[in-house]
Amino acid sequence: MSTTVATVAADHSVGHRRLVTFTLHGSTYGVSVEAVQEVLRGQMRTRIPLAPPGLAGLINLRGQVLTAIDLREQLGLPARDAEAGEPMLVVVRVAGEPVALLVDTIGAVVDVGAGQFEPPPDTLSGPSRELIRGAYKLEGELLLDLDVERAAAA
Amino acid sequence: MDEMDEIVQEFLVESHENLDQLDRDLVALEQQPDSRDLLASIFRTIHTIKGTSGFLAFGQLESVTHVGENLLARLRDGKMRMTPETTDVLLAMVDTVRELLAAIEADGTEGDVDVTAVVARVTAVLEGRAPAAPAEAVVDPVLDPAVDLPVAPQVADEADATVDETPDEPEPVALEDLAPELPAAVPAPAPVAATETREPDTTEPETTEAAAPQDGGEGKAKRNLAESSIRVDVDLLDSLMRLVGELVLTRNQIVRQAGEQAGGELNGAAQRLNLIATELQEGVMKTRMQPMDHLWAKLPRVVRDLGSICGKKVSLDMFGRETELDRSLLESVKDPLTHLVRNAVDHGLESPEQRRAAGKPEEGLLTLRAYHEGGQVVVEVADDGAGIDPARVAAKAVERGLRTQGQIDAMSQADLLQLIFLPGFSTAAAVTNVSGRGVGMDVVRTNIEAIGGTIEVESVLGRGTTCRLRIPLTLAIVPALTVECSGDRYAIPQVSLLELVALDADRAAAEVEDVNGAPVYRLRGDLLPLVNLAEVLHVESDRSDGHVLIAVLQAEGRRFGLVIDRVLSTEEIVVKPLTTRLKAVGAFSGATILGDGRVALILDVQSLARNALSQEALEHGSTGRESVLDTTDAAEQVSMLIAGIGGGRRVAIPLSSVTRLEQVPTSSVEVVGSREVVQYRGSILPLLRLDSHLGAMSERHGEDLAMVVYSAGGRSVAIVVDEIVDIVDEDTRSRSDIDDHGLLGSTLIRDRIVEVLDVRSAILAADPRFFVDADEADPYEAQLEGAL
Repeated sequence: MSTTVATVAADHSVGHRRLVTFTLHGSTYGVSVEAVQEVLRGQMRTRIPLAPPGLAGLINLRGQVLTAIDLREQLGLPARDAEAGEPMLVVVRVAGEPVALLVDTIGAVVDVGAGQFEPPPDTLSGPSRELIRGAYKLEGELLLDLDVERAAAA
Repeated sequence: MDEMDEIVQEFLVESHENLDQLDRDLVALEQQPDSRDLLASIFRTIHTIKGTSGFLAFGQLESVTHVGENLLARLRDGKMRMTPETTDVLLAMVDTVRELLAAIEADGTEGDVDVTAVVARVTAVLEGRAPAAPAEAVVDPVLDPAVDLPVAPQVADEADATVDETPDEPEPVALEDLAPELPAAVPAPAPVAATETREPDTTEPETTEAAAPQDGGEGKAKRNLAESSIRVDVDLLDSLMRLVGELVLTRNQIVRQAGEQAGGELNGAAQRLNLIATELQEGVMKTRMQPMDHLWAKLPRVVRDLGSICGKKVSLDMFGRETELDRSLLESVKDPLTHLVRNAVDHGLESPEQRRAAGKPEEGLLTLRAYHEGGQVVVEVADDGAGIDPARVAAKAVERGLRTQGQIDAMSQADLLQLIFLPGFSTAAAVTNVSGRGVGMDVVRTNIEAIGGTIEVESVLGRGTTCRLRIPLTLAIVPALTVECSGDRYAIPQVSLLELVALDADRAAAEVEDVNGAPVYRLRGDLLPLVNLAEVLHVESDRSDGHVLIAVLQAEGRRFGLVIDRVLSTEEIVVKPLTTRLKAVGAFSGATILGDGRVALILDVQSLARNALSQEALEHGSTGRESVLDTTDAAEQVSMLIAGIGGGRRVAIPLSSVTRLEQVPTSSVEVVGSREVVQYRGSILPLLRLDSHLGAMSERHGEDLAMVVYSAGGRSVAIVVDEIVDIVDEDTRSRSDIDDHGLLGSTLIRDRIVEVLDVRSAILAADPRFFVDADEADPYEAQLEGAL
């Protein structure tokens, strides 16, 4: 398992990357800026009965119906409490299709280098082990590299 | 003849594309002469052109491609090796083909393009004798089409004859006709002939001699066919369609806001935007539309061949071939339609001898009709054959174990016909290789229902059969009912919806019954299994006042009632597909965006029916007399006995539950306890006077009584009425559910209001133990089965 992760990490640690960051339950995550289509807030979501819990509903993005993915659920984090307020939506393109990711707050666009990257620690377990490729060591915090495709494949 | 056949046009467009590919392939082949893939691809292209040119009787083209194909076949099979010479002759062949196509496009004939030189060269290479043709010859036939070489005489004649027939005036062709797939992309029509003027009664495939005008057309800038139409990815059209839909929503917002600001320039601009958006929407919709003719063009041949196999003479009439339908729908209708046509020729029409004996012309008539009606496209397949015998259908259904005799007896003639749509049903006496394997009409129905359409059949014995398909204009926009459940909104396609029933708390408590825990509602006497949407979706219903709203739905020939919280409205919705993950949930067929921008899920009625109804519930649902009806549009005809009960009131009694009508002398009525009885066939028959049961006053003072007798098991009851007025086929849709004690509601029959009797409660009033003793089985079913 660790070897697989190392290979994947190696692919993404080549050179510089530009990540869009956001927070979830106090941690900072990042996804490639190329994958991000736009960021939205305050969208009405239509819940989908019978669907797996990671599917947080459907939203209307300019006439297109998008599936919203609850990243907290996907990462095994506690559910969003009332104080966290309305979630923001990061619209990413996965396999050509736009998908909306529910996040707590949106951060900034950050440039990171391969030198800052480190694969996830062996102690990382649970659902997030599958979804986090590794961490970029920034000043004062860690930026977790989210595998968008897996996260969106609820 | 001022027509250029559509087949030829399609052939040209396709061939031009193929030739471009061919050029690339041939050049690539020089680099890698041993590539089997390339050779195979080239071979296929030439083979296709050859096949079509033979079919369209372009003899020159055929002969060129024929030798080319031979050469390619040998190369492909490794019997010959690629040399620069072979490449040269192949390229020369391609150029000649191109030239021939240009000639065909110009005037519909092969013109005076000479092919003998190229044919000779290819043959030479084939036979391995002329290793290298003179360089000149490579160029000659290509650049100088006027080179004067003898032309095969019959070809020349053909060309002449065709040219003579060419018309005087060019007629601009409608874009749709020229290139039905992509009309909107083309700015101006080329001056080739129109195809829409065809006679509707054409029974043979269009022949290919039609030509474009030679004189008038020349002066104008004549567009090459391949340039005047382009192929566009359907996905691109879909995304255009989506954007236009969004534009329309935005337009609505702007027009609304402009309206509030009364007057001013914004208002004018909003009006223009309104117009443009509407036209744009129509234009984009049109890009996906194709005329029915695309399907029908193949049918004359099918009918002809089938007729000769079956030894029948058939003439085919087609009306409305220009009727347009969404491209994807057209594809889905193809197989069902072909099946219906085959059925009509094979089973519908009789042999010439039988027809003569029946006093009909020997030649059977098959009529196809397509037209728009109420936002749908209707396609009819009608024959003037023997018709379907309901009695045979009934016997077959019983023999196959699809229905019991009791169920059959309770069915009307029209309902009996619908049995042919049951899986495993086929009335053909002998299985032929054309049709009659028992995988017929049910598959047709399933396919048509899958695209939101319906099918109905009508037949008059000895006169013929008509099958009618109703297909939505487009899959993308469907009329739907929006409902609410647990605060969420859902859309139900109208095509599945039969009616809505609203019960207030009192009625709901009394009338929603259960069969061993499975809730049912008695809808005009038939048990309707109920499915609670909130339960199916595992959500909490927010209806707490005890009211029950039932949407009566039909899918796959079964009826059930979907219990919902609220009915919102009916509207046209634009269907958005769901991701596979959401489809896997199994309850939704798509999503849509409602007027306020919120997303609503579209309920998949078919899979709800499959998943939510246990087999047992379905049995109950399908014992009723109406349950095999297929369509909301088919009138639900029920035979009703109309009886007068005094005071001018008339009561309708379903004929299916009447055993017989009797008259007995008034004097024979005796009293047992508080009940009136008569002696009837050796037993005691309790009487119910309908006038007093329904609170009317009898006006009959005759010497005898008119009785409507019901029997089930060993028991009978008689309902006494004033007079039997009539027997009518009632359209049950026109019924009002205003009811009263003992009534199911009222309906209009021949402009008079008639009350519909609740037969069960009337029978119970006469004999409270009637259903208890009649049969051990489900009492209502027993009553229906024993009724006749």
